[in-house]
Amino acid sequence: MFIRFIKTYFLWELLRGLALTGSRLFRRKFTVQYPDEKTPKSPRFRGLHALRRYPNGEERCIACKLCEAVCPAVAITIESEEREDSTRRTTRYDVDLFKCVYCGFCEEACPVDSIVLTDIHEFHFEGREGTVIDKAGLLAIGDRYESSIAAARERDAPYR
Amino acid sequence: MPPERPEGFIMAMIIIDGQEIEAEAGSMIIQAADKADIYIPRFCYHEKLSIAANCRMCLVEVEKAPKPLPACATPITDGMVIHTVSEQAVEAQQGTMEFLLINHPLDCPICDQGGECPLQDQALGYGGDVSRFSEGKRVVDDPDIGPLIETEMTRCIHCTRCVRFGQEVAGIMELGAIGRGEDMKIATVVGRTVDSEVSGNVIDLCPVGALTSKPYRFSARAWELASHDAISPHDCLGSNLNIQTAHDTVKRVLPRTNGHVNECWLSDRDRFSYEGVNSPDRLLQPLVRVGDRFEEVAWEVALQRAATALSDIGKAQGPGAIGALASPTATLEEFFLLQQLMRGLGSDNVDHRLRQRDFRDDSFTALFPGTELPIEQIQDAACVLLVGCHLRKELPLVALRVREMCRLGGQVAALNPMDYEQNFPLTEALVVAPSALPAALARIAMARVGQVEVSEELRQWAELIPDSEDFARTAKMLSDVEGEVVVVLGQIAAQHREASALRAIASWLAQHTGIRLAFLPEANGAAAWIAGCVPHRQANGDGVQEPGLNVSQMLSARLSAYLLFGLEPTMDLAATGNLVSALSDASFVLSFSAFRSAVPAQADVVFPLAPFTESAGTYVNCDGRAQSVEAAMDPRGMARPGWKILRVLGNYLALPGFDYITVDDVRSRVNLSLPEVVCRLEEGCPLPGAASKSVPWSVESQRFERVVDVPIYDVDPIVRRASSLQRTRDHSLATVHMNKEQLLALNVKAGDSVRVVADADEVRLTITPDDRVLGGCVYIPMGSAATAPLGGADYIALKVIR
Repeated sequence: MFIRFIKTYFLWELLRGLALTGSRLFRRKFTVQYPDEKTPKSPRFRGLHALRRYPNGEERCIACKLCEAVCPAVAITIESEEREDSTRRTTRYDVDLFKCVYCGFCEEACPVDSIVLTDIHEFHFEGREGTVIDKAGLLAIGDRYESSIAAARERDAPYR
Repeated sequence: MPPERPEGFIMAMIIIDGQEIEAEAGSMIIQAADKADIYIPRFCYHEKLSIAANCRMCLVEVEKAPKPLPACATPITDGMVIHTVSEQAVEAQQGTMEFLLINHPLDCPICDQGGECPLQDQALGYGGDVSRFSEGKRVVDDPDIGPLIETEMTRCIHCTRCVRFGQEVAGIMELGAIGRGEDMKIATVVGRTVDSEVSGNVIDLCPVGALTSKPYRFSARAWELASHDAISPHDCLGSNLNIQTAHDTVKRVLPRTNGHVNECWLSDRDRFSYEGVNSPDRLLQPLVRVGDRFEEVAWEVALQRAATALSDIGKAQGPGAIGALASPTATLEEFFLLQQLMRGLGSDNVDHRLRQRDFRDDSFTALFPGTELPIEQIQDAACVLLVGCHLRKELPLVALRVREMCRLGGQVAALNPMDYEQNFPLTEALVVAPSALPAALARIAMARVGQVEVSEELRQWAELIPDSEDFARTAKMLSDVEGEVVVVLGQIAAQHREASALRAIASWLAQHTGIRLAFLPEANGAAAWIAGCVPHRQANGDGVQEPGLNVSQMLSARLSAYLLFGLEPTMDLAATGNLVSALSDASFVLSFSAFRSAVPAQADVVFPLAPFTESAGTYVNCDGRAQSVEAAMDPRGMARPGWKILRVLGNYLALPGFDYITVDDVRSRVNLSLPEVVCRLEEGCPLPGAASKSVPWSVESQRFERVVDVPIYDVDPIVRRASSLQRTRDHSLATVHMNKEQLLALNVKAGDSVRVVADADEVRLTITPDDRVLGGCVYIPMGSAATAPLGGADYIALKVIR
């Protein structure tokens, strides 16, 4: 009872807090000066989607539609047909980025490592029409960031 | 086929997985397990096919047996104790699965069967997670076996279901197994394709992705498809369909099992006709004529224009100047509303019998034509006489039942204008010139009935042709068998110039014997009769004061206004030439059409019609089974179901009784609790006098009698636009077929061009040698663009182009 009285009237809790603040004042700072500085990202980071190609330039996607089936947000729309060389290919591969919840199930489901979530998270839209990326757009992202996509997968491989 | 039930079969008590089950002794374990809902994995076993026991997937443990036994080929004996999930059974099943997966590719994601594949499912249940097989896998070439079935033979697990289907059910062994062991291959005869009219069923039967649908290939996945019930409108069987859609298009059509109608099979026409529905030729906007071209307009404009024109013509020239022709593929509701609209306007000129030419017995016909013996009992009949009926192409699934009847000991005789190839053995194959069909039937009928008073007309008919031993033998066959005898009058008989004589003679035969009749209607024709879409009868068979004009009268009467409902004028009628000139003379032509190219150039207003996939409706099949379905999907573009268009048109015309809200309201106006089918003509129907004997053929006159039928893939506008069906061999028939002697007599050879002249019209066709055709006759089918100008003309002249 007495101790409580002393602590209340001598602002004990406040001084303890100030002491903590004071002790941190002279230590090394770890605030990241985004966007000039960036935190390191896990190779499993789930950002913008991309469709990958094989080294020979052939698109990986075989239109099995497993990503479409597994997508919990119904964000993927695929249409497929037989290509001239009688392989199974998509004619449409749309990802609605507003619907997507970035769960990464599509990447998990993909039997050919075609659809991937890259570590790109800095993207924006300037109109409603940009919220759906089509097949050409996804392949372009894949082409542009293939080296970082491949590197991230390689780093993660021992833990899979 | 499952083994025959032995006489006086006995029941046995067996135990499967601890469950006591009473089963027929001698039936197979798998059958008893299926009945008790105990699942045994299988690939080669199929309840409609014979037992092969070659996949070994159904191995089960039977107590006191030294090793696992195949459940599909182990007959049940009393006291058997069976374990389907015991250690021994599961080990055997896992072993089998491991062997099956040795040579099966593991690329399910690119396989069309993926997601609905028994092998995939069972590999999940019985397959190992690690492969012990490090040798090379077998690779097999994929033969091209036609436009309907895609092959990926590396996936084949040699269950031989497809081979057994061809041998046992379809009756034509087009696929066979060659080689043994790992070298075994499923293949066609070198260079041949699979051309059977029921070939698509092997797609359903194949438990893996070796045989898949070519039009559907890679376009969708089983799990993303929505299923809808539908009824096939292409023939009078009314096969139950399962229409599967995705992204507002029909992706594929599968059978819906119905033991009374199509069992678990489907004809290729029903399975692949959806491609016509998806065709780019679909009409999606109402059109009105402006000058000499069509302009797309809103529904209100088109309806108003049609209503104004119809009521103006009705006022100016009387309602009798308006006539309506409906395609027999329409629904019951559409037939009903069309006739209600016409009769509301005051005209009885409404008909659906577009390819018929003989209407003399109209007042004596039964409520609707059909089969007096229900379809499901056909295989139990003793004898079938086909008259003017190419059953295999007309009703492919009924032909399978007739084949089953033959297998059970039944006999079939055919009286046809050419020697059609059937997929069941014919005890008697009588081929006569088309004009002699009634005479031949009269000969058979008189020989069958024997000593009774015969009318003068019947005797005249019979005397048109000399008597022969064949007729007597056929008649004896009809009288000697024990059991049901059915006389089937097919489309060739119905479209015959003397169809009423054929019907009258058949009815006379039925009256004097216990023979059952089947007058096969075209497509949904039975519904048209019931709904009153005939000039001499209203809905439910109610009479009219004065019969209206039938199809041929409407065309020759040169009416002022024609309503064309769902038909393609150049190909769907027997008298196409008459129709074209009648339409040119008419002041107003209203066309309801699902396809842009099916609209006649003379149309003034065109309503886009929703095809069967997009319209709710009722279909009545040939044994009087009324089947109603909802629309499988929303109509495309501005197309609308026929019943809605007709209902609104009725409102625009201010006709009473057009206040229906739902399709059920329309349906309730027709009594669908149909009596047992009796299709014979009423007693007292006069037999028309015998037509004069045909002019015998001579090389000089170059005038031939024409055998005419409608090939299987030319029956209606939808089928004609189904691109894959149009690439099958059954389609390339639009040539002049004649036998080799005739070719020699005319000094022509195969591939030569001839001008075919019928009345005022002529076409240029090539010649095909065809020994099925009699001398003095040529076979030129109707229903396709190449032969359209000839219509159904049954005498033609040939002019050889040198």
